[in-house]
Amino acid sequence: MLDIENLHASVNGTDILKGLNLSVKPGEVHAIMGPNGSGKSTLGHVLAGRPGYTVTAGKVTFLGQDLLELETEERARLGLFLAFQYPVEIPGVSNMEFLKAAVDAQRERRGEKPIDAVSFMKTARETCKAVDLDPVFLKRGVNEGFSGGEKKRNELLQMMMLQPRLGILDETDSGLDIDALQVVARGVNSMRSPDRAFVMVTHYQRLLDFIEPDFVHVLAGGRIVRSGDKSLALELEARGYAWLEEEVA
Amino acid sequence: MPDFMARPLDSAKASAPPWMQDYLRAGRGRWQTSSMPTRKTEQWKYTGLQALQSTYAPADDGVVQLAEAGVELPRFGGFRLVFVNGHFAAEHSDKDLPEGVRIVRFAEADNTQAERIRQYLGRAVGRDQVLFTALNDASLAEGVFLDIQAGAHIEQPLHVVWVSGNQGEAFSVNQRLLVLCGENSRASVIENFCGARGEQQSFTNGVTELLLEAGATLNHYRLHLEEGRALHIGRAHARLATQATLNSFHLALGSALKRVDLVVDHCGRGAHSEVNGVYLPRGKEHVDYHTCIEHRVPDCTSNEIFRGIIGDEATAVFNGRIHIHRDAQKTRAQLSNRNLLTSVNAEVNTKPELEIYADDVQCAHGATVAQLDEMSLHYLRSRGVSRADAQVMLSFGFINEVIDTVRCDALRDYLQAFLTRRFARDPALTGGVS
Repeated sequence: MLDIENLHASVNGTDILKGLNLSVKPGEVHAIMGPNGSGKSTLGHVLAGRPGYTVTAGKVTFLGQDLLELETEERARLGLFLAFQYPVEIPGVSNMEFLKAAVDAQRERRGEKPIDAVSFMKTARETCKAVDLDPVFLKRGVNEGFSGGEKKRNELLQMMMLQPRLGILDETDSGLDIDALQVVARGVNSMRSPDRAFVMVTHYQRLLDFIEPDFVHVLAGGRIVRSGDKSLALELEARGYAWLEEEVA
Repeated sequence: MPDFMARPLDSAKASAPPWMQDYLRAGRGRWQTSSMPTRKTEQWKYTGLQALQSTYAPADDGVVQLAEAGVELPRFGGFRLVFVNGHFAAEHSDKDLPEGVRIVRFAEADNTQAERIRQYLGRAVGRDQVLFTALNDASLAEGVFLDIQAGAHIEQPLHVVWVSGNQGEAFSVNQRLLVLCGENSRASVIENFCGARGEQQSFTNGVTELLLEAGATLNHYRLHLEEGRALHIGRAHARLATQATLNSFHLALGSALKRVDLVVDHCGRGAHSEVNGVYLPRGKEHVDYHTCIEHRVPDCTSNEIFRGIIGDEATAVFNGRIHIHRDAQKTRAQLSNRNLLTSVNAEVNTKPELEIYADDVQCAHGATVAQLDEMSLHYLRSRGVSRADAQVMLSFGFINEVIDTVRCDALRDYLQAFLTRRFARDPALTGGVS
């Protein structure tokens, strides 16, 4: 589904990713862990096509297409979803209007007509309930004045409405209390299916107690330096990252 | 005297009723002794008057077919009065007056009504050195007096439409509106200036006065929807007595020349005003808002938010003055002006102007000029929304925050729909590519 080969990327002239390889197959859940500054968030941004993130070498194939050739919106329509670590506040654009435009863009790509307002509202309200977000947030400006937890739940709401093929969660667990974390985990777990994959970028093993990964990778110095199953996360929890960084160096 | 200075006086109706004659005379005197502002006049530094250097004949009172002229006359419920090229259009106007208000056309006022008009006309706007007000006085012939009775609660809006329809030659209209809100009354007034489709050349010189007596609340909406060669120089002055509240909203599409002066004078303790607005020039259009919030007495509050989107080679001016007099202690005054430029050739001159002579006040102001936020664009696009659609959403969202302050539901819905359509098809408003 997603194949990353020898990916190099830089931000403001600084090399961050230095030869990253990763292969994700449908149905799999991958966790990417690593120390601060190792390039975890950069990976998500590069895949989503954020301005200012320059790919200097390498290749990314997503569902058979050259991902790096596609515009940000085309990647999304193809089924790639990045849950932002810091979702953007956009006053004046209602959350509902934004969600509907996003859903309609997906439908358009599939050659379908825009969703009718009534069905859309029904689904949106139900999904709000599933992510424990008061439907009144649909009427507010996008993320406007939302708390940290509300923003994360709003990301989850968007992901559940858009039903992507690949969900990339960029530190979705950071800043969440245990209840909110369980809500997020429940949402993600409900979406797991044989033809959908997830990549979770996280600092902590805690999230992996609730969303069990098939693979755990350690990103350090812009490359994946170790891969394993979920026991690797437990080992990292116990020993930290320093031993790995030393080993690699 | 240049042609432009002399010509408008020809427009003055010789047929004006006797009670107006001294206004005409005084206005004429002031107009003739005034000089035209130039770019060296501080108030007109960024707005040139070259566009006025043509000949503007008095407007015909012939019938203009509004439907044929492509003029849309929206309904917001309530009572509607329509004027076409300055002349009352009975066929488009409502007849059944709502309760609690007397609506008097200047041209039709009987002696008692004329006396009442004379008692209030000019009270808010003053007579000193305001050039185009002098011209307006000098040309006084028609106008509307909305006389809202004390204690009246008028739920539905009073809607006055000024249409400039096509005419063979360039023409001028002097518009006048006087609103008196009696003590503890509540009402909404919509002023709507619109033009016919196509190349018309007109010059509207508008003066509106709003007098709010103690405890009165007025929602005032002034829409400038004229475009192209429809020029407008207008002013609205509000005078607020004790505990009066003015909630106002202004919208200006651009035209070859559009200059609107707004003055809100807090004259009684505990008065409160909200003055919000949006301007949207594009092409080679020009919009200039000069606002002046006067705080003369203690304990008043004012809140002002103006936002503009300037596209193509258009220019905009926003000058927001807050003047807090020596006695106006405990004043709270806020002013914010934000601008979005959607083209490298667009220009805005924004200037907040604070003059504070009282020492115990809270006053905040800010002005910004920016382009669409790249990160917000990216966020919307990352959910599959196309770049063009994201630009529409963001630029519309930028002004929608202000549109949301419109209290009249029917008007807000109309504006949101009208502007959504406009944003969807006009890349100049969104920075998109045509």
